[in-house]
Order: sequence, then C-alpha cells, then structure tokens
Amino acid sequence: MNRSQFNYLIGLSAFFIFLLGIISGLGFLWWMTAGSSNQMLNTEALSSREFLFIGLMLILLLVVGYFLHRAFKAYFFTVKELAEQMTLILSANPTHRVQPEGPSEVRQLGQTINAFADRFQSLLADDEAKILKARAQLEEERNRLAALVSELAEGVLVCNLEGQILLYNSRAKQLLSSELDKPVNGSGSGGFVGLGRSVFGLIDYDSITHALEDIGYHLEKESIRPVSNFVTSATNGQLIRARMVPVLDQQKELTGFVLTLEDITQQSEVSTRRDILLQSLTEGTRASLANIRAAIETIEEYPEMDEERLEVFRKIIREEAEMLSEKLNVTISDHTADLRSNWQLDPMLGSNLIWAIRRRFEEKLVIETSVEYEEEDLWLNVDSFAVVQALTSIMRQLKDDFDVTKTTLRLKRTGRIAALDMIWNDAPVDQETLWVWQNQASIADGEGFPLPLKEVAERHGGEIWCQTDKETDKTYLRLLLPTTNPKPAWHVPIVQANSRPEYYDFDLFHQAGQKPELDDQPLSELTYTVFDTETTGLNPAQGDEIISISAVRIVNNRLLRQEVFDQLIDPQRSISRASREIHGISPDMLKGQPKIEQVLPQFCKFSEDTVLVAHNAAFDMRMLQIKEAALGVKFINPVLDTLLLAAVVHPNQQDQSIEAIAQRLGVNVFGRHTSLGDAIVTGEIFLKLISLLAEQGIETLEQARAAAEKTYYARISY
Amino acid sequence: MAKKVLIVDDEQNIVISLEFLMQRAGYEVAIARNGEDALEVVGQFRPDLVLLDVMMPKINGFDVCQKIRDNPDLQNTKVIMLTAKGREVEVAKGMALGANSYVIKPFSTRELVAEVQRVLEEE
Repeated sequence: MNRSQFNYLIGLSAFFIFLLGIISGLGFLWWMTAGSSNQMLNTEALSSREFLFIGLMLILLLVVGYFLHRAFKAYFFTVKELAEQMTLILSANPTHRVQPEGPSEVRQLGQTINAFADRFQSLLADDEAKILKARAQLEEERNRLAALVSELAEGVLVCNLEGQILLYNSRAKQLLSSELDKPVNGSGSGGFVGLGRSVFGLIDYDSITHALEDIGYHLEKESIRPVSNFVTSATNGQLIRARMVPVLDQQKELTGFVLTLEDITQQSEVSTRRDILLQSLTEGTRASLANIRAAIETIEEYPEMDEERLEVFRKIIREEAEMLSEKLNVTISDHTADLRSNWQLDPMLGSNLIWAIRRRFEEKLVIETSVEYEEEDLWLNVDSFAVVQALTSIMRQLKDDFDVTKTTLRLKRTGRIAALDMIWNDAPVDQETLWVWQNQASIADGEGFPLPLKEVAERHGGEIWCQTDKETDKTYLRLLLPTTNPKPAWHVPIVQANSRPEYYDFDLFHQAGQKPELDDQPLSELTYTVFDTETTGLNPAQGDEIISISAVRIVNNRLLRQEVFDQLIDPQRSISRASREIHGISPDMLKGQPKIEQVLPQFCKFSEDTVLVAHNAAFDMRMLQIKEAALGVKFINPVLDTLLLAAVVHPNQQDQSIEAIAQRLGVNVFGRHTSLGDAIVTGEIFLKLISLLAEQGIETLEQARAAAEKTYYARISY
Repeated sequence: MAKKVLIVDDEQNIVISLEFLMQRAGYEVAIARNGEDALEVVGQFRPDLVLLDVMMPKINGFDVCQKIRDNPDLQNTKVIMLTAKGREVEVAKGMALGANSYVIKPFSTRELVAEVQRVLEEE
C-alpha cells in the first residue's frame, strides 16, 4: 500500500466516524428531549422502532461509502495515475500514451492528454530534427578526427590534468590493456582503457608527473618546444616510449595533455643485442690483440733473444690467436642470451635536467640547492626521469644518515661528455658507504627508482664516482653523461582546447575529480558501471555460481557501448534446468572459459572508481560479495538499483520488471537474458531514471540512495 | 739505481711481454695478478710506477688507483692505466682518479716503453 492509498483509507474512515457521530448525537438528543416520563417508555420501544431506524441509517452509510469509494477510484486515483503518466510523457518518453477509461469526464481528459502528447511529440520531433542536423555536421568532423586518430600507428591518449582519459584510439587500447587470457595475478595485471578512466592505472604515475613538471618548466620558460619524452613500463609489462604534448586553454593555462605511445619492447631488445655484440667484440678482441701485438713487437725488438724465450712468445701468439677465433664464434652464437633492458635516451637541455633535480630536492627532501653552470645551452642525451630519481635517492641517504641540508649542483662540459656534480661539505662520507649507495636501489615512501645510480650511469654509457676536493674539503659525486648536438628547434602545434570542442568528452576537462565525496555529486556527472550476472541458480548461499558477467559504462550521461566487459565463466558445477531455460547458456558453452578467480579481479578493476548499477542489485551484489573473501577482492563501490529507483519514480505502477519499466520509459529491449543485453537495457533505463528523479528533486547520489532505501522493495534481501 | 715498475694484470700472456720489455728497458719489475695483490705488493715493493690494468676481478684498476692516491706514503708513485675499454668516459674517470697516463689496448710496445719513461721523468 502506498502513501496516497493509506491517506485515502484514513480519510474514508474519518468520514464514517464523523457521520456515525452525527447520527448518534441526533438519536441521543431526541431521547433526552422526549421527557423523563417517556424515557422508560422510550427505552422499552428502543428494541423495535429505533433499532430499525439505526439499522436503516447504517445501511444508508454503507451505500454512501460504496458510492464514495467508486467515485474516488474513478476520479481521484485515475487522475493521479494520469498525472504520473503525463510527467512520464513530458520528461522521459514522449511516445507514451494514456489509456482513456472510466467515467466519460475522465475518458475525455485522457483523450485531451493524448492530443496534447501528439502535439508535444511533433514539436519535439521538429526540435530534434534541427538539433540532429546541427549535430550531424559536428559528428562528421568528430568522425573524421576519430578516423584520423584510429589510423595512427601510435597509440594516442588525451587526458585532463586529473589524468582522466578523454579520447583514445584502438592502438592505445591494444598497447595498454590487460588481457584476460594472460596469466592474472591477485590484483590483476594491466588495466582498462576507457573514457573517464585514470591514465595512472595504465602508465606509471611518477613518469607522468615528471613529464608534466618538465612541460610546466618549458611553459614557464615560454619554450617553443613544450614536449616531454619518456620511456616507461606500462602496467601490463610493455616497454612504452611516450611523448607528452600539452593542451592549453585560451589563457594558455595547462588543462590537459596528449600522449602518443609507441611499443619499443622489441625495438629495445634488438638494439640491446646489437650493443652487447659490439661491446663484447671490441673489448674482447682488444685484449687479445694487445697480447699478440706485444709479443710480436717484443720478438722484433729483440731478435737476439734465445730460442727458449722465443718459443714462449710464439706460444703466446698461437694461444691468443686461437682464443680470438674462439671468442668470435662464441660471441656470434651467444649474442642473443644475457639480455638486459635498454633505455632510449632523449636530448635535453642540461639546465632543464638540473632544474628538475633541484625541484625534486627542494620539494621532496627540503634540501637547499644551489646551481652552477658553465654553459647554459649544454645538451645532454639522457633519461631524465631515471637520473632524477637515482640522484634523489642518494640525496635522501645523505640527508637521513649524515644530516646534509645543502647541496650545489654543477654541470660542466669536458670534451664530448658532461660532468654533473652533486657537491656537499661539512659531512665527510667514507668511500665504502658511497660505494654501497651507488650500487643499491633505493625506494622510500613509494618514491625512488628500482635501479641503482651505478646502473643508471652504465645505461647512459656514463660513469659515476665520488671524490673529496682536498683544497675545499668538499665532497662531490660526479656523474658523467653523454652530450649531444641540439636538434634544430621545431614548433609543435599546441592543441587549443576551445578551438576543438568536437573532441569526444572534453567537458571532462572541467569536471571535479572522481574520488572525493561522490555522495554530493549530481547523478548526471558520475561514472557508472551497469552490470548484470547470469548464474547457475538463484541461491548463492547454497553454492550457486556466476556463469556470465557483463557490464557497460556510463560516462558523462552517455552509455558507452564500446566499453563493455563481457565474459563467460566456467562455474565448475552443473547449471539448474530452470536457469538454463532463462539464459540459454549450456555447460558446453562454458568449457575452457576462465574461472571466477581470474574474472572477478578483472571485473573489480573494470568497475574501479565507479558507481555500480544493476536491476535488483541485491541479488547481483550478493553473488559478487560471496566470493570476495576467497579471491581477495572487495567491491567497495556505491551501488544503485534500477528496480528501487523505478519504484521511487512510479510508486503507483505495480509491475517493476525490466520489460515493464523499459516499455514505460520507451527503451528498446533486445538481447534480454544475456547478461550484456540486460546490462545495456538496464543502463538505458537508468539514464531515463536520472532525469525523472531530478524532477522529484533527487539529484545527488546520496539523495538517490536515501529515496531507494525508503521504498518497499528495499526489504527484499537474498 | 734502477727504477721500480709494478705490473698489475690478471692476464698471464700480457704480463710475460710486459715483464720482458720492462726488464730490457732496465727497470726492476714486480708482478701482481689482481687488485688485492697489487695493494699488498705496492706497500712492500714501493714501485716508482704501476702499470695497472682496469678490468680485473674483485677490485678493479680504478679502485686500486684511488686507494694508491689516498695513501700519503704513495704520493710519488706514478700510475699508467691499461685498458681494453677505450671509451672517453673511462679515460676521464681514470685521469680524474689520479692516473698519470691512460693507455688503450692494443698498444705499441715501443710507445708504451716510451710512455713509461716519460711518466717517470715527469715532476
């Protein structure tokens, strides 16, 4: 019973009591006014005439009550339902029509409403045609851009400053996404590429923030080349070479960035193999050649030497020549073994590198840092991220163990190499300690670099050592780095966000971060994962398992049909006949599919930082939650239920099944009872519900949840 | 009195040639097979010059050179580094750590002998 029905019953009862009161009052008054002599007589007569009167009165009351009820039902409730349906036509489904029934006045009202609805629909259609025409042009340009981006051999990601992805192409998705058929560890490897998702789940956080700082430096210096390059491992293990270009608004403020990505895993392996081959050939042969040459020249220089000594030198020549041949053979056959990962080095201004190191020292370690340059425009060939991180970890040790609070960074050229010195005084550190620091990786507070400084130096083809200047008593750590000739400066076209409004979901540039206080955010601005499961049966507590899980994402009030999760699961148990008839999934279809241990962590990752939406969510959530402890995952997302929200919007409609709701809201139903089909229909219903809820003043996540909790269906629990 | 030369290298074949050449050039010669040996012998033998190979197991030539320079008793000992690694950064490192000269393998024996002589005559 809903609230208006309850109010009606109370009103009707009050009316009856009121009438009864009047009748009793009248009877009592009549009895009192008959006089005391007649009262005895009246009491006796009460059994006959008066009882007949009271009985007639009661029958009259019942008749009045019956007609009153009919009238209320025909006029009051029908009109109330008509009002609900009018709201539906107005806000969600203009094709909906009321069924004119009941008394002629109400039928007339119904017909008038339908006539208004026809007119309204045709007006809407006119408006829509105009909007469609305007959009078509926009769409054409958007498609042209999408086609252009999708044809690129490089992966492209466009992100806002919060790291949310606003545009991506299929190459980026291919490069960065995790795959289900790859072995999956507990937390799931890799991530999902999708609109509104965070780029930090795909590419190392520190690499991106470093590149952003680098770009910030370029913009501050009004550089004509505000670009930052870096090499990083994606979370799925691929070695990626990335190029970051800023996106600026009209005030030239940084509002986001474009990343172009290239897989260099294979390229890097090939160049590493070539390096190793070259290195082993040059170094290996030099030593043997030196021995041969020394022996031959000694024989020539001293021809008078005795036979015994001469034989020693001949033996050296023979041995070394044989060793040289052997070394060549072994090197050529073994050069593919013993691989080490390689870095791509990029040209960078020395002053830019120093600035990055200084900034890191001052901000992360609070070390007072001064700078000395001999040449302002000295170009280095470096992986700036690796150098900054490795030097920061040494400086952190100096600060922690020797209370060093000040340092000077000095950069100077010696021939074709550059010496980068980190100088400090008043804190003599012994060579052994420094040697240990150079050779160990240091990661503290989640900061640092997995490679020791010595290896970073080696990978730059450089050297590292520590020395104390006896005259000044200052100790310095010197890192030798390769220099390079500056490339001719070239202009990079800067993407002006405002000049290209046709870029997909660029409104997200101005959207608040997803994480903080979701509760107060408008429903239309949240990111959702609408999902559905198919199961072996209806009793999760008795061992029924999920056999299919599908989801679709809603970002910025748009259902993204290309961003779906759709996976069959081997439940490792039988499927009940009843449920097989509903979803049509047979055990044969599930053979060889991944198990829930692989799929659920992936789904957890897919739905990370979104609100979960399902129809009758209590059941689906129970299916997920029952697996949480065993699989070490936790679904902490807020949850909304379309069943409950539909009941909030239309409390007077009895049928709240997906089909009925979809029909009411004008949503096309297809593929019902495949979990992906259900998820998509649920998603479209949910989008319609958002606007209907807004009309009732329910606009935020917190308000929607509170309203849903109040409805009757909230009491259903599995 | 003959000048003393210490040859430090882990490769027997180059040691034989170097030893013969240095003896013929009139120097008193001692041999060390690795970095550890070298640090021990250098204290006893007190060479005027060390012919020091860079690539050796355990303690490499750079470390030996740095330790020699850190020892005040050995301030006058000259060091010539020999290496198969001919990269500019290694030459820079060797010179910065106090080597008097740096010779890249393979070298001309005549030039090496001349270089030893030149370094020994240096002030």
